[in-house]
Amino acid sequence: MSNPTVEVAVQVNGAPTAATIEARTLLAYYLRDELQMTGTHIGCDTSNCGACTVLLDGDAVKSCTVLAAQANGHEVTTIEGLAADDGTYSPVQEGFRQEHGLQCGYCTPGMIMAATALLAENPDPTRQQIRENLEGNLCRCTGYEMIVNAVRWAAENPEGAA
Amino acid sequence: MSLVGARVLRKEDPALITGRGQFVDDITPAGTAYMAFANSDIAHGRISGIDTADALAVPGVLAVWTADDVAHLPPTPGVPGLERPLLATDKVRFVGQAIAVVVAETRAAAADAAAAVIADIEPLPANPSIGVALAEGAAPIDENIGANVLFALPIEDPEIEPALEAAPHRISMRLENNRCVPTPIEPEVVLADWGPAGATVWATHQAPHKLRTSLATFFGVPQDTMRVIAPDVGGGFGAKINDVPELYLAPALSRHLRRPVKYTQTRSECMVAMYHGRAQETEMDLGFDDEGNLLALRAHVFQDNGAYADPTGMGLPALTTTMAAGCYKIPKVAVGWTNVLTNATPVAAYRGAGRPEASYNIERMVDLVAAELGMDPLEVRRKNFIQPADFPYATHSEIAVYDSGNYPASLDELLNIMDYEALKAEQEANRNDPTKPLIGIGFSCWLEIAAFGPPGALEGFGHLGSWESGQVRIQPDGSAIIYTGASPHGQGTVTTFAQIASDELGIDFDKISVRHGDTATVVQGIGTMGSRATAVGGESVKQAAARVTENAKLIAAHLLEANPADIEVSGDQFNVAGTPTSSVSWAEVATKSFQNLELPEGVAPGSLEATVHNAPPNFSFPAGAYACVVEIDKITAEIRIRNMYLVDDCGNVINPLLAEGQVHGGVAQGIAQALFEKMQYNEDGQPLTGTLVDYLVPSAADLPDYTSSRTTTPTPNNSLGAKGIGESGSVGSPPAVVNAAVDALRHLGVKHIDMPVTPQKIFDILTGDQGGAQ
Repeated sequence: MSNPTVEVAVQVNGAPTAATIEARTLLAYYLRDELQMTGTHIGCDTSNCGACTVLLDGDAVKSCTVLAAQANGHEVTTIEGLAADDGTYSPVQEGFRQEHGLQCGYCTPGMIMAATALLAENPDPTRQQIRENLEGNLCRCTGYEMIVNAVRWAAENPEGAA
Repeated sequence: MSLVGARVLRKEDPALITGRGQFVDDITPAGTAYMAFANSDIAHGRISGIDTADALAVPGVLAVWTADDVAHLPPTPGVPGLERPLLATDKVRFVGQAIAVVVAETRAAAADAAAAVIADIEPLPANPSIGVALAEGAAPIDENIGANVLFALPIEDPEIEPALEAAPHRISMRLENNRCVPTPIEPEVVLADWGPAGATVWATHQAPHKLRTSLATFFGVPQDTMRVIAPDVGGGFGAKINDVPELYLAPALSRHLRRPVKYTQTRSECMVAMYHGRAQETEMDLGFDDEGNLLALRAHVFQDNGAYADPTGMGLPALTTTMAAGCYKIPKVAVGWTNVLTNATPVAAYRGAGRPEASYNIERMVDLVAAELGMDPLEVRRKNFIQPADFPYATHSEIAVYDSGNYPASLDELLNIMDYEALKAEQEANRNDPTKPLIGIGFSCWLEIAAFGPPGALEGFGHLGSWESGQVRIQPDGSAIIYTGASPHGQGTVTTFAQIASDELGIDFDKISVRHGDTATVVQGIGTMGSRATAVGGESVKQAAARVTENAKLIAAHLLEANPADIEVSGDQFNVAGTPTSSVSWAEVATKSFQNLELPEGVAPGSLEATVHNAPPNFSFPAGAYACVVEIDKITAEIRIRNMYLVDDCGNVINPLLAEGQVHGGVAQGIAQALFEKMQYNEDGQPLTGTLVDYLVPSAADLPDYTSSRTTTPTPNNSLGAKGIGESGSVGSPPAVVNAAVDALRHLGVKHIDMPVTPQKIFDILTGDQGGAQ
C-alpha cells in the first residue's frame, strides 16, 4: 500500500513551482525538500516554535501546520524572497542586522517573516505590541530585546538602509 | 580606529538573514537516506523482545537495527564502565532512550518504519527523582552497581560541624535546582557520508575536533580518514558537546549502506533525548554572627545524573562546589557531592554548567541571612565581599584562585542604574493598596568560573587539551584568513576574531575571513563551551596575528629600506614611523612574501602564517551584580518581571553589542529557569512536560527589556584582558528573580520558594494554602 499523492502548484516568491508529492507533505517540507529552499527552518513538531513561518497570500502562517496541498494555487513568500533583486535587504532584514536581532540564526527566518507580516498590518507598533505579535516565534539565543529593537528599527526606517 | 571595543556589525548576518545559512539539515548529498529512531516510552523496564518485521516491510526501508546489529561496535563513548549502549540492550532506563534505528529512502518512510517497531517491555519500578532513587528498596537502574549512586565524595572535614555549631546563627536549607531542557531551536542533526576514502560527518556540534577523535577511535580508523564539519549550528548551550548514539549510528549506517545517512531529531525526541541540565538538590548549612559576617559553609550537592553517566554531567557538582562560596570571604568551607542515577534523561552541561546552581545556592542563603537578622540584603553582601586588594584570591578549592574582581564597584554601578530607595518606597506603598501589585526587589551578586581553562582543566572531560588554536594565513593580495578551533553557534566569533585580527595586523576588517568547524581545514581545536572562545581562542588569534605582523614588517622594512623596528602598520599600509609617504601596501608585502627574489636574506617564502595554541594560566572569574523587580498580582497571582538591572564585569569587551547579546540570552534562560521551566516526570518516569506546550520556554511576550551596564576589571590571564561572558546571564539571574519573588511576599512570612516560582505557588501563598514555603 503506497501513500496517496497530490499534484500541487504553488507560487513561491513570485515564481511558479509544481510537483507531485505525498498528500501528507507539509508546506515546510515542500519548500525545504521538494524545492530545496532551505531558508525556512523546522524547530518543532508542530506549531509551537514558529521557525517555519512564511507568508501565505501575505498572511504569516506556520508552514509546518499547513499542508502543501492547502497552498495549491496560492502564493507563498519565504525568507529567500524578501530582499530586492539587487540584494538590498528589506527594512526588517536590515533592522535585524543593525540591531543584532539574531545570534545562531536558526529562528531568524521565521522571526523575520512574522515581523514582516506585523509591520504590513501595523507599521508603527509599540514594543509591547511587537512582543505580543511575536509570541509565536521562539528564540533561545537573544532574550528578545534586540529582536524588538530590530523591528522598531524597521518601523522607523521603512525605506531600509540609508 | 581600534576595532577591539567597537560596536561592529556581524559578518555572520548576511547569510542568516537571507535564508542562506547552512545548517546540517540543509545539506543533502546525492543519495542521502534518512534515519529515524524508535524510542522507549517506558522509563524503566526489561526488554523481552523487539519485533521489527512491520518496520522492515515499510516501502523504502533500507535497514532496521536493534542492539544485536551493533553488538560488534563499542557502546556510546562515556565514562569507562558506565557507558550507554547505542541501542537499548536488555533494559530501558529512560523515556526517550533509543531502542531501534531505521534508515529509509525518505524522511516519511523512516518515520513510518520507526513507528512500526514493536518493543515488548516489562515495566520495572521507576526512579524519577533523587529521592526515589536513593530510598531504601529502590529498583536498581544499573544492576552492575546496585544502589543508584554513581559516585560520592562525602564531606570528611572534622572541623566543619564544630564551626557551624559555634556560629551564633545557623541556617540549613535543601535547595532545589530544577531540571531544565536546553531546547536549542535546532535539535540534534547528523549527516554521515562514509565513502571509500573515509567519512565526512556533518553535525550540529560544539566540539567538532573532539567528535572527529571520538569517531575515529570508536570505529578504529585513522583520524586522517575521519572529517567532521560543524556548519551553522542553531544554538547549543552546552547540550551539543555530548556524545549521543546518533552521532555514532549515522556513520555506522552510512558505512553499512554505502550512502549518506541523515538523522534529523524531532522536537518531541529532543525534549527527552538531548541531555538535560541542572537537576541538583543541595544541602546548604551556613553559620553567621549577629553582624551578618559569614563564618562557615557546608554544601553537599546531590546531582541527578539521569539514566547514564555523562562525563560532563558527572563533573557538574565539582564545579558547583568549587564555586560554593561565591564572592564572599567565608573562613571555613567544606563541600561534597553525590552523583545519582535516575530513570530520566541523562544530565550534562547546560549554559553555566554547575555555576548557576552555585550562585543560586549562595545568593539564596545570603538573602536568608539578611532576613534572619533584619538586615538589608545588600549590607550583608557588602560586608562579606572579597575586596579588590585580595586578588588573586585562593578559595577552599584548589581549582579556583579568583583572578581579579571588584565586587563593590559592580554593586555600586547597579545602584547607579536603579533607584533602590524609590523602589522600596513603591513596594511599601503598594502593599496595602488593593489596586496595585506587590513589588519585590531581589539581588544577585554573582561570580562564575569561565574561560576553560588552564592546562588539565578540559582533559578530564575527554578533550585533547585546554588550549584553543588560532591560525592566521595571509593571502597573496594581503587579505587574511583566520582559522579557529572555537566552534561558535551564535556567539559572533567570526566578527569578534576579525576585529582582534584587524587591529593586530592592520588589515581592513572587510578583508579578513574567519573559518571554523571543519576538521579538514582547521588545525586541532577544542571547541566553544565554558565561555572560552574569546578569552582563550581570541588570545590565540591575537598572538598568531602578532607573529605574522612581525614577519611582515621584516619584508616591509626590506622594501622600504628601513629598520623593522621603525615600521608601523594600519589601514592596509606599512610605513616608516613619522614618514607616511614612505609606505608599501599589505598587498605588495603579501605578494612578495611568496617571491624568493623579493625577500630579504634569511626570510623564506610563506612566512606570513602562524599558529598558536594558547592555554591560559588560570580560569577567569567574571562577576556582576543584578537586580530584579517583580510585580505580583494580588488576585491572579501572576508574577511579572518589571525590570532586570544587569551589571556585568567580564573584563575588557571586544564587541559591546555582541557582549550585551550574550548577557540578554543568558538572562532570558535564567529567568526562564526561575519562573517558567521545569522538566517534570510522574511516578512512572513519564515526562509530563514533553512538548513546548507544557515545557515553558519563554516567548517575547513573557520577558522584559533589560537595563544593562558594565564595570571593567581586566583579567591578567590574557593580553585582551577578557574573561568571557557567554554564560554569565544564566548564572546571575535566577537568584535575583527568586530573591525578588520572596521579597514581594516576605510580609506574609515567606522565606523561600523553589524554582520555578509559578503563579500556582504564589496563589497558594496568597490564599494561605501554602504547602511548604514558610
